[in-house]
Amino acid sequence: MTVTENTEVLDGAERVKRRGDDSAVLRLSEAEAAMIGADPDAPDEDERVLLNMGPSHPSTHGVLRLMLEMEGETVLRSKPVVGYLHTGMEKQAEQLTYLQGCTNVTRMDYASPLFTELAFSLATEKLLGIEVPERAVWIRMLMSELNRMSSHLLFMATNGMDLGAVSMMIYGWREREEVLRFFEKVTGLRMNHNYIRPGGVAADLPDGWQADVEHLLELIPPRLEEYDILMTGQPIWRERLQGVGVLNADEALALSATGPILRSTGYAWDLRRDEPYLAYPEVDFDVIVGSFGDSYDRYAIRLNEIRESMRIVEQILDRMPAGDYRVQDKKVTPPPRVRIDQSMEALIHHFKIFTEGYQVPEGEAYAAVESPRGELGIYMVSDGSSTPYRMHVRGPSYINLQTMPHLMQGGMIADGVAIISSVDPIMGEVDR
Amino acid sequence: MILGQDPLYAGDIWDALPVTLLKAVAAFVFLLVSVMLNIWFLRKVISDFQNRIGPNIAGPWGILQTLADGIKLFFKEDLIPDNADRFTFKLAPYLSLVPAFLTFAIVPVGGDFNGDGSRDGLVTILGKPTFLQVADPPIGILFFLAMSSLAIYGVMLAGWSSGSKYPLLGSVRASAQMVSYEAALGLAVAAVVLQSGSLSTHDMVLSQSGGLANWAIVTTGVVPFVVFFIAGTAELNHPPFDLVEAEQELVGGFHTEYSSIRFALFFLAEFMNQITISAIVVTMFLGGPHGPSLFLPDGWWVGTIWFFLKLSFFLFAFVWIRATLPRFRYDQLMDLGWKFLIPLSLFWLILLAGLRIGDGNDWGLGNYAAWFIGWFAGVALLSGLLAMAMNTARSERLAEAAEKEASRG
Repeated sequence: MTVTENTEVLDGAERVKRRGDDSAVLRLSEAEAAMIGADPDAPDEDERVLLNMGPSHPSTHGVLRLMLEMEGETVLRSKPVVGYLHTGMEKQAEQLTYLQGCTNVTRMDYASPLFTELAFSLATEKLLGIEVPERAVWIRMLMSELNRMSSHLLFMATNGMDLGAVSMMIYGWREREEVLRFFEKVTGLRMNHNYIRPGGVAADLPDGWQADVEHLLELIPPRLEEYDILMTGQPIWRERLQGVGVLNADEALALSATGPILRSTGYAWDLRRDEPYLAYPEVDFDVIVGSFGDSYDRYAIRLNEIRESMRIVEQILDRMPAGDYRVQDKKVTPPPRVRIDQSMEALIHHFKIFTEGYQVPEGEAYAAVESPRGELGIYMVSDGSSTPYRMHVRGPSYINLQTMPHLMQGGMIADGVAIISSVDPIMGEVDR
Repeated sequence: MILGQDPLYAGDIWDALPVTLLKAVAAFVFLLVSVMLNIWFLRKVISDFQNRIGPNIAGPWGILQTLADGIKLFFKEDLIPDNADRFTFKLAPYLSLVPAFLTFAIVPVGGDFNGDGSRDGLVTILGKPTFLQVADPPIGILFFLAMSSLAIYGVMLAGWSSGSKYPLLGSVRASAQMVSYEAALGLAVAAVVLQSGSLSTHDMVLSQSGGLANWAIVTTGVVPFVVFFIAGTAELNHPPFDLVEAEQELVGGFHTEYSSIRFALFFLAEFMNQITISAIVVTMFLGGPHGPSLFLPDGWWVGTIWFFLKLSFFLFAFVWIRATLPRFRYDQLMDLGWKFLIPLSLFWLILLAGLRIGDGNDWGLGNYAAWFIGWFAGVALLSGLLAMAMNTARSERLAEAAEKEASRG
């Protein structure tokens, strides 16, 4: 890309840079907002009303809060307010060893926990300079794609519910539950798995996993066809989503949106293809892009990404290599249980790894994966001790949130709900 | 006589009192019980749609769940927000409940309509011949329209008096939505009235006797039925038109601030209206209690059984719609009402009126042809005008938006 092209990109994003009354972003402090509603008898200067949506509201996906400036039912400016689920996870990571770190990060994006684990593990492995065995890589890929499916199925459920198709909520959860059942079999938990760890994965896949995955691959496609009948072709559904919350590629780039939001504008950017990690170059899949950048495109992209993920899973099923599921580096991987009784060294390694943790060489690393919501990156700085000096998470939900005022401007309040839903933020990852 | 042409009131009014009271009490009790069952039915059927079990603890098949919920709500704390207009806030639930009760009075729930209607739908209660409906006023169906308009006040005042923004938005939506759909509803009713030649619900049912071909759904050509059903659903604030409540947008809409028994009253009214509008649809379009006696001995109960079968079908249809469709957006709802339903039912009404005149005056083929050509020309002209107006409005909106965009620089 040349320099002139670059300035053009910035010019195209003029809309997102506006300030003042025309801006999509409401820049209003809490104190000013409180002043506006303080005197109910004050004469109305104009027809504008400040409406507070959330943090407890049926469709703000947890504890997102929106301050909306409305004129009738039309949203003029808005301001997403975050921080209601702040738990200080990033800071906490500095107290936890690299082995414990996964239990921490898995709780951020609770709809796709395996991706944060994966990003954390990839960053740690970069610092350690270890290569994970082939089988571990493919297991990670299998679990990621299944997690992408479960996360998108959850989106189908919530998106349906937010638009009033209440049955869709149950259907989406039902299919997601099937995937989670497999996760439970593999990792022991439905969510917060702590399965992908630096050096590989926590355990090998259980016996008969192929049959379970095949069952999923048989079960879900006809269900997706049902979604098509219930939603995709539904005239009311189309009316509600098409042309709602439109963003163009320049604006999306200017707001550093990633994932389905960026792809819906027609900009094909998928880290699995563009900055490959794991064994993605070896499998065949398509990057789904939209053309209008509206909520309908974002819905359709996610629906089709479930299908693409199934395509990848099918290939993994055929090509899953044999071998170790974790690296055989005694400094990183705890010894098998039986070795502890036989060997003094094994006992010492086990004790050291679980109390003090392993030391990670000094340095910094950034590892990014394509989570269902966009680019999920973990930037890790090590000072050579067994805990990170600093861990920063580039959470796609958090960064995608800033597109929200721009998507909402000029829409109605019902569009606002459709837009929150189509941005699909997970508040655990926003307020980490 | 406000209570209508019922032979019951031909004689001494005091003689008629016990029967009238009996009918009123029976209708009241029936409505309350059927609302209870209707809510249970809704929850049970919708849980089948959604692969759930639904209520199954209280009573056999969870049938007493609604009663349990009602008792629970009754003992809950009744909150009135500080900003609320206390009197109106308390009044509103009753304003929506009372019309729901009253409308059912004009519905013939049975009667001896079998065969060609020669028995005039009369039954004998306490030795007196009467209609199986609480009242049969000569204004008949207009009473239904009046009551459904009145019910808006309950919703509107509830939202307004809550002193809170979400209910206010809900009540603004309510008034706009109900006023718009009232028009389509009225035009669909007018089509039926043209066919039956009377406003009285009893006469409407009588005019539909003589088999399926005489039901108003056939004689008015389906379109008014469809319009009435859509507009009626909107009038009920039932999904996909439940913008007034719109849980995902307005939390609870007009009843966000209501709790305890007042909240229960709104719910009661909503489900009661659902039964009432189904009953009105059955009466107006599906022949009310008409139906073959099949293997049953001939008698008034055949009509009642048919009536409830038809009623249940519509109650099921409402649940079906609720389980399937996403919600409309406010402006789309208005578009559907004003740009589609009202013109459609208006044109249809004119067509029916023309045919009716032709029928009365023994028009020849030529006259009918002339009438049809005229009608089509009128439809084409008016649709053209409408389309033009819509286009102009749209291009003006676009120009305005472009101007705004330009002024932003």
